[in-house]
Amino acid sequence: MEHIRMPKVENVRLLVRSSSRRTQVGTLYLTATHTIFVGKGSEDRNELWVLHSLVCNVVKHKASQSGYPLLIICKNFQVIQFIIPQESDCHDVYISLSRLSRPEKYEELYCFSFNPSVDKAEREHSWDFLDLKAEYSRMGLPNKLWHVTPINREYRVCDTYPADLFVPKSVTLPVIVGSSKFRSRGRFPTLSYYCKENHTTICRSSQPLSGFSARCLEDEQMLQAIMKSNPGSRFMYVVDTRPKLNAMANRAAGKGYENEDNYCNIKFQFIGIENIHVMRNSQQKLIEVSALRSPSMGEFLTGLENSDWLRHIKSIMEAGLFISKAVAEEGVSVLVHCSDGWDRTAQVCSVASVLLDPYYRTLKGLMVLIEKDWVSFGHMFSHRCGHLIGEAKEVSPVIDQFLECVWQLMEQFPCAFEYNEKFLISIHNHIYSCHYGNFICNSQKERKDLCIKEKTHSMWLHLWEKKLDFMNPLFKPDQSQNQGLLRPSTAPYCFKYWRRLYNRFDRELHPRQSELDCLMTVKEETQQLEEELALYEQKMAVLDKERAKTLYMQKGVLDSKQALWSLPLDTSLANTPQDYIGGAPNVFTLQQGERERAELCLFGDQTKSSDADNSDQESGVADFSSHSSGEESLPSEDSVKDPDSDETGPNRA
Amino acid sequence: MELSEHIKTANVEDVTLRRPFHPALRGTLCVTSHHLLFSDRKDEASWQLLILLKNIDAIEKSVENLFGYPRAMGSSGTITIKCKDLLVLQLEIPGMEECLNIASSIEALSSLESVTEMYPFFYRPSHLTLNGPWGLSSTEQYYKQTERLWDRWRVSTVNSDYSVCPSYPSAVIVPREVDDDKLIRSARFRQGGRFPVLSYCHHRNGMVIMRSSQPLTGANKKRCKEDELLLQAVIDGSELGYIIDLRSAQQAQQARMTGGGFESKSFYSHWKRIHRHHERGKIVQESLIKLVEACSDPSHSVDRWLSKLENSKWLSHVHSALSTAGLVVECVERDGHSVLVHGSEGTDNTLLVSSLAQLILDPASRTVTGFLCLLEREWIQAGHPFQQRCAHSAYSHARLKQECPIFLLLLDCVWQVWRQFPLALEFSEALLLRLAQEVYASNYGTFLCNSEQERCAAGVKENTHCLFQSLLRPDIEEQYLNPLYEPTDLAIWPSVHPQSLQLWTGLFLRWTEYAQNMEEAREEVWSIVKEHHEQAGPDRTNNTLSTHCDTLTPFENLMDELTIL
Repeated sequence: MEHIRMPKVENVRLLVRSSSRRTQVGTLYLTATHTIFVGKGSEDRNELWVLHSLVCNVVKHKASQSGYPLLIICKNFQVIQFIIPQESDCHDVYISLSRLSRPEKYEELYCFSFNPSVDKAEREHSWDFLDLKAEYSRMGLPNKLWHVTPINREYRVCDTYPADLFVPKSVTLPVIVGSSKFRSRGRFPTLSYYCKENHTTICRSSQPLSGFSARCLEDEQMLQAIMKSNPGSRFMYVVDTRPKLNAMANRAAGKGYENEDNYCNIKFQFIGIENIHVMRNSQQKLIEVSALRSPSMGEFLTGLENSDWLRHIKSIMEAGLFISKAVAEEGVSVLVHCSDGWDRTAQVCSVASVLLDPYYRTLKGLMVLIEKDWVSFGHMFSHRCGHLIGEAKEVSPVIDQFLECVWQLMEQFPCAFEYNEKFLISIHNHIYSCHYGNFICNSQKERKDLCIKEKTHSMWLHLWEKKLDFMNPLFKPDQSQNQGLLRPSTAPYCFKYWRRLYNRFDRELHPRQSELDCLMTVKEETQQLEEELALYEQKMAVLDKERAKTLYMQKGVLDSKQALWSLPLDTSLANTPQDYIGGAPNVFTLQQGERERAELCLFGDQTKSSDADNSDQESGVADFSSHSSGEESLPSEDSVKDPDSDETGPNRA
Repeated sequence: MELSEHIKTANVEDVTLRRPFHPALRGTLCVTSHHLLFSDRKDEASWQLLILLKNIDAIEKSVENLFGYPRAMGSSGTITIKCKDLLVLQLEIPGMEECLNIASSIEALSSLESVTEMYPFFYRPSHLTLNGPWGLSSTEQYYKQTERLWDRWRVSTVNSDYSVCPSYPSAVIVPREVDDDKLIRSARFRQGGRFPVLSYCHHRNGMVIMRSSQPLTGANKKRCKEDELLLQAVIDGSELGYIIDLRSAQQAQQARMTGGGFESKSFYSHWKRIHRHHERGKIVQESLIKLVEACSDPSHSVDRWLSKLENSKWLSHVHSALSTAGLVVECVERDGHSVLVHGSEGTDNTLLVSSLAQLILDPASRTVTGFLCLLEREWIQAGHPFQQRCAHSAYSHARLKQECPIFLLLLDCVWQVWRQFPLALEFSEALLLRLAQEVYASNYGTFLCNSEQERCAAGVKENTHCLFQSLLRPDIEEQYLNPLYEPTDLAIWPSVHPQSLQLWTGLFLRWTEYAQNMEEAREEVWSIVKEHHEQAGPDRTNNTLSTHCDTLTPFENLMDELTIL
């Protein structure tokens, strides 16, 4: 609280990026965890909540006629602009927010103060929801060739690895220790994915400390053991996900890559995914493109091209495809590494897993995959997501790229995934929000030392409880082409711009009607009808005498279904004009089943009020959209039910 | 010259056919006057591929003659066939001579000039008869059905012999108070005689969309009283109307040098002119060529792909068309003013913008019948020169004359609207794809010729079948319906931000692996809806989904019977 210079400012105007012409006046509050804007208006609950931990940057703009603009740029790509009447207030808010959004210690993060009304047992239950041991046993481990080594139980051999690691049974402890000494950060080769059909594995590690000529017998034995643990093949691939030039440069620093002459029966392969710095700059450019106001088609496409973002996504996808094909089609095991083995390696292993195993295309499967390949294997979430103030150079959208690869696959295989893109976007949001403890710190050891499980809540159960929102109605698990290996096309035109993520808060850019939401409702309704039918059939059998009465009730059910059906198909919001003049977009649009209810509530009212204001100056004719968008989303009580309301709103019941 | 004289080799055995994403097939190739027929006779159930020769946009041949070998083994040729529906096929033909003969037959027969020699004049399916009425509606019928027009508008038959405007239909709708003499004078003042006529009257407020060609003001700023009166009668006392000129202000100025021009403020004081630049003709055709070229190489890097996509400018045309249509809708629906749309000739972009505006505004044009009626009224009767514009598609090496894929652009824009409002249109993407194919090569006479006058002269109505009628009769095929259709009375304003517009993969990537997964998704949508229908029962009267499913069932049964026979 000591960082808040200015807890409350009156008469602040709120602008949202997508609608520079419409504003709302209200009061701005700064709390220890949130920035809260409460709009002045007839409706209550006119609120916007922004978590400090989601704020990426706070920028003061040049004073305008109406006041002093303050821009809040969030890590989930939301941009909020306030106009504050007094310069001193603006400055105070700026200073306060600048500090509040740059926490120095983990304890300042929201997950440590987030305290929903659940008891200890429930909280522990939320952490037990995902069990990696169960995941390994689902894969078929341990078995006669692979077992858990106790060597890293105390994180002594490798402090960025999890405590439980699978290695070939034939490998002795000295070999592991020897191998770990020959690998950056001690990250020795260990199992990431096991394919029980053909005993092939995907293993991961960091780069070897080979320099120009060094070799390590234990490391060579380690690879040999991994290769031999796949009885069906006579060699294995070693995939270095870096561009060859980068790997060669590393040799001068005593690191490098495996020399094929020293290792028996390996085939070495470079893949050429760029490093975190290139990716950071690329995403920055992409964000700039996504934020362009009314660009021409040419500007947008040129910007997209110049960002190089989709090129990087394609290279990650190709790497994943190479590995998954090696495993599924050739039956050859693969060892994957990059430099440290926690960025590109995590991306590539997890993309390959999604391609290989239909389980990872289910809701729970994706959760487990992220928990395994990213959280447990020490992807440095705190550094990459910039949870704490620190090296800006450590920040990089590595996990964003993985989620985007999954999204690109979903676009190509609309029936192969149990989840929808809202699931990916929610995960993305929570990775950055620090709302839950899952993505705090850089390794399992750090999380243990910080008692994350005791002090914070886990996101996975929270998402699981809302799984109905995340289901893909088109999912066909039994379809043969959705079984086994997915073979995506990597033709350039298969890589698309992910509008729902990067323009997440620009409502007017998205389709006004959702095919998937509609289908989901239809499906649920069908299921409900089936259940009811079954129920009535039962009753019919029992209440044979009262047959007439039962029939009467059944009729009633169908009538009530009618209303349910019409709900998601409500197209009243269809009627919202777009901006065809070429200026900045000027219309709020509301969408049924929106996620960010906190904002939605606010803008729901705003649309109504400002439409009335604007219609005069624009045309003198009442805006048809106002009544349509107004009535369907009167704010509120939904915010309790809303799946993601906690993203921006308070969850303290 | 008889068509059959072009055929020197009618049959070749042992031809290998290669198609994308299918294994190569061996079989017999036949050339007839209008078709290329490939049949694979390996199994009992022979597989056939029938291609309309008119669908072939370009062929490339290469022959190899290995000297010293017997002819049968040594020489062979490959013909690559590039179709107007963007499919590319390869035929390996044994025998150099046969190969060359076939190639020259295809070249000659795929580019017939005379309309009456084209296939629609020979297409006689057993389930259709030629005696019925041709087309879905006429200007008179449209007028009769649209009660809101009766008060202030009338049907004029001033063009009944096509002398006033050769590209207009015989009947047009004009303001009641303007007599035919004034129309004739106005026509003389408009390029090609395309005087302002009614295109759409908005059901909400009675405002109208008119369309015409440019006025012939010329360098001397000529004026035409009757034209001014005609437009004055359109707005009838209200303050203001908008003229959406589909050229930049500069282009409109330049047009005066060649006799064209624009409506000047001083003579049309109640009309406000807005200029929106639209590319036309050759530039749009070249966009299509570049886009198809970019889509044809999956080995490009992403950068190269995006740069080619950008460079093709196709999506920019989509963007402009939708933006201007949105502007027209804004004038009509939101501001409550009437609009006149024109470019130069008024036969291309003008029709594109006016028909898109109607799709956005008018719920009636979003049903299958309504949409086909819209196309008939605004494109076929309104005189879009289909024969000239669609003579060649993206692959042709022929020198461009008057080709321009404006109609494809319309279909693409409609597809974009469907993407943004997946519940608002009764028809599906499949219907758009079917139209995209039919407009270039068809069994039906609907897209033949350049105007109603030409169609009359060629006897199209008497001697060919109508595509639209056949699409609607007896039941619409399930694949052309949108299972999620839920009509809305409101305008559906599409977003025109570049972030919201996408490449129409269904058309441009139709023959790639990409399309196959989408097909699976479409089937799944249908099965979800059908399952729902089974559970919910047929007594859900105001549910359009149920009604469609009902009409579909008998049709499917019919299909089963056919297969058995």
